[in-house]
Amino acid sequence: MQTVKILVFPGINREHDIAHAFTRIGNAKADFVWHKDSTIGKADMIVIPGGFSYGDYLRCGAMAANSPIIRDLKDQAAKGVPILGICNGFQILVETGLLAGALLRNNGLKFICKHVFMRAEGAADLFTANITKGDVLRVPIAHGEGNYYAAPDTVKHLNDSDLVAFRYCDANGAVTPESNPNGSVENIAGIFSDNRKILGMMPHPENAIDAFHGGTDGIRLFEGIAAALAA
Amino acid sequence: MKSSAQPKPTAATPRPQDLPIVTAQMAKEHGLSPDEYARVQSILGREPNFTELGIFSVMWSEHCSYKSSRHFLSRLPTKADWVIQGPGENAGIIDIGDGQAAVFKMESHNHPSFIEPFQGAATGVGGILRDVFTMGARPIANLNALRFGALSHPKTRRLLSGVVAGIAHYGNCMGIPTVGGETNFHESYNGNILVNAMTVGLVDTDKIFYSRGAGVGQPVVYIGSKTGRDGIHGATMASAEFDDAAEEKRPTVQVGDPFVEKLLLEACLELMQSGTIISIQDMGAAGLTSSSVEIADKGGIGITLDLDNVPMRETAMTPYEIMLSESQERMLVILKPGSEDTARAIMDKWDIDFAVIGYTTAERQLCLNMYGSTWCDIPVPPLVDDAPKYVRPTAPTTVQPSLGEAAYPLPSGGFKAALETLIACPDLCSKRWLWEQYDTMVRGETVARPAQADAAIVRVPARDEKTPSYKALAMASDCTPRYCFADPKTGGAQAVAESWRNLVATGARPLAITDNMNFGNPERPEIMGQFADCIEGMRDACLALDYPVVSGNVSLYNETNGKGILPTPTIGGVGLIADYRRALTLDFKQEGDAVYLVGAFGTHLDQTLFAREIHALEKGPAPRVDLALERKTGEFILACAAQDGLLSACHDLSDGGLLCALTDMAMASLRYGNETPLGIALVSDLPHSAAFWFGEDQARYCVTTAQSGKMVAFAQEHGIPLTRIGTVVPHDMTLPDGSIVQVKTLKDLNERPLPDYMNK
Repeated sequence: MQTVKILVFPGINREHDIAHAFTRIGNAKADFVWHKDSTIGKADMIVIPGGFSYGDYLRCGAMAANSPIIRDLKDQAAKGVPILGICNGFQILVETGLLAGALLRNNGLKFICKHVFMRAEGAADLFTANITKGDVLRVPIAHGEGNYYAAPDTVKHLNDSDLVAFRYCDANGAVTPESNPNGSVENIAGIFSDNRKILGMMPHPENAIDAFHGGTDGIRLFEGIAAALAA
Repeated sequence: MKSSAQPKPTAATPRPQDLPIVTAQMAKEHGLSPDEYARVQSILGREPNFTELGIFSVMWSEHCSYKSSRHFLSRLPTKADWVIQGPGENAGIIDIGDGQAAVFKMESHNHPSFIEPFQGAATGVGGILRDVFTMGARPIANLNALRFGALSHPKTRRLLSGVVAGIAHYGNCMGIPTVGGETNFHESYNGNILVNAMTVGLVDTDKIFYSRGAGVGQPVVYIGSKTGRDGIHGATMASAEFDDAAEEKRPTVQVGDPFVEKLLLEACLELMQSGTIISIQDMGAAGLTSSSVEIADKGGIGITLDLDNVPMRETAMTPYEIMLSESQERMLVILKPGSEDTARAIMDKWDIDFAVIGYTTAERQLCLNMYGSTWCDIPVPPLVDDAPKYVRPTAPTTVQPSLGEAAYPLPSGGFKAALETLIACPDLCSKRWLWEQYDTMVRGETVARPAQADAAIVRVPARDEKTPSYKALAMASDCTPRYCFADPKTGGAQAVAESWRNLVATGARPLAITDNMNFGNPERPEIMGQFADCIEGMRDACLALDYPVVSGNVSLYNETNGKGILPTPTIGGVGLIADYRRALTLDFKQEGDAVYLVGAFGTHLDQTLFAREIHALEKGPAPRVDLALERKTGEFILACAAQDGLLSACHDLSDGGLLCALTDMAMASLRYGNETPLGIALVSDLPHSAAFWFGEDQARYCVTTAQSGKMVAFAQEHGIPLTRIGTVVPHDMTLPDGSIVQVKTLKDLNERPLPDYMNK
């Protein structure tokens, strides 16, 4: 059985949602790691869930990115341990420098929670074993600061290296201004690290795994991860 | 100048002898009437000092003592076999089987939200969340009932924007989904908006915590945020009317910190597992005063507090300020003696302040020590038991005669014009602009979000998480204030009946309600008449529907410059769904399904949205509420819902009548925007009257089914009128006059008004 370590900073609130997704779909063992711990321990994957770490005061993810456990997170990242950051987790990964760019306030300045469509753009063995480039997934978003920004040369690098994981799109997969919920540059919803071992994304696949959620497209991500980790 | 060269500001240590001398005028400024002040003097046998005056004034405020409302509230039924805790604790509790209980309450934060909408609404959410988790429950859902002034009023846009952002800020950060509620607009709320927040929590029946139960010689512990000078006299403010200078009261509005509350929630739930707590009470209105007095009163004990030990964030605070502060995110706990270290370690883990600030005593006094002096020494029981209780004079309410059907013709543009006006009017237009700012999905248990069903539906995980559970709670908030104004007794009954009906329409067995009574100045007999009659109507409905009141809140003095709001007894209802996979939502599902009206034909147009929006008339009586018929029709719907696959959608008929209900069902078929919209082809032999299509007669539902034969037979068997209205078809809705309109067009008309208004 694979072990997934879920980092819990004070104010994180989707840790049980993601643990449920990994245990139910991935058949993994999900352990919570408290932010005051100094080491994460042996993990097949490290997950940083959504929420409002440290109240998101100062800047989303900024304080979490400087908390004690982050030193070990960076060490494990350097060793190639896979990392998944969702929503606040993505913001934290960006703040630590493990992923490129920044997440700004939504261009409408309001928190948005709704279902969106996203198109798979790049491949990473660890995350997209069950998703093909061009696939359209329906998943919820729930954030106030998901407006992805990176300098033009960084965006070019992401594009040239196929490191954009997902882009917001319409139901037919067309990447349009209308389907961009928060003003993200080039509709970017999620990105990989250069070594494709880290995925950060704003949408919540963990809230799209049951019929009553309004769709089960999130299952494909977790099934793919489970298959990749087991391989 | 270098800062190091400056002397440190040393605030002089406060001394009791420096406090102002209490006078009759000062008592009046504290909101105590001359009679009430005389009663204080007689209880003490002396003049109160300034600190004591402050404590009496908040404990005897309308907000804390319910002095104008208790007499009438006692009429409400509060008992049923499934009621574990009725009114009187922090929240009501009902048994939902399998060793689980639902804990819920609704509470107003009207006055603060008008003065400072963001913080007022945010702390309203924070306060009601604490009421629920104080009892050991994990909050699983928030709802809110909001009433704003007319869209044309210059303050409405700012108030709406601030309130919604405040609710979103607090609820989202806490990780509790905000799943439902209602939002209305009416000019009577121009100077007094209503913000009623409801939280539903889940607790194991053997792990419930109460404020009662404290004994003698036990440590009194303060946990949570530090105390500052914010919110002093909030409870007193909430017990007075506004005038044009209302905004000057802004310093009495508290400031919320949802991050601390999230930590406090987790810390409290962990503390509750540790077996150290004897009793616990959150510090809400009147802060440390009401929490310590409640615990002492319910335990039949006294409390001595050493206020030097209270965690403070400002210097030189006086006991008066500390006791009256409404700083947020604080709890008062009575611990088992000797367990202080265990409890402290849990608080340390969560970085929450922990301080032993006193102990319980056999002598039933509230005694406050600080800076080496005693500042207050008053008996506990009179603060509660001798609080004033008024049977305020009531003026009889009158009901206007009906204007008759002829007063409400169809407009010149016919059904199409009427429908297009109604679905775009402020009360019926889509509230997506609001609820998309709320995290509706966190926790992953939300089965029905806003606009999907007549009530929000949230799954209930099993006690043992490994056991599959299909149980869910349905929850809704309801009130039709214009009915309550037209006929308070009928309006009170209708509010309860509509709540019950909304839960039934999801297939839930309605179990109990919380009530949030929002009214004007109780010292005016016509307002007290509205209050008393609304209660009588609610009582009748609660009894007829087996739907008791388990918690509630009263907000009076919702008046500005002598003009009161429409009487608004908001009802928060909770029901149980045995299997969420069979829960009913309102959207048309399948082309070819038959659409039926369950219940009688519409006849009543007085006080309808059709009358108000098309004819600018708000006259005549409210629709009649026949509680026996309501019960019978609802039981039929529940019987249908129990039949596998019989119903494919269900929607109650309320604002806007039958045609608006059908349009809701059609529009709801467009959930994600990429489906084929489903409308309805009407059968041709239906009446063409406005009353049939827009009447707001009660006890009615609209359902769809793929099993017409069975449906008809079932209705006959139950003696329920059933009328075929049409068939579900793709894309279009036919209107009664044969004209056709696209569902997408209607949806656009329904979605646009609020964003257009807010972006103006």
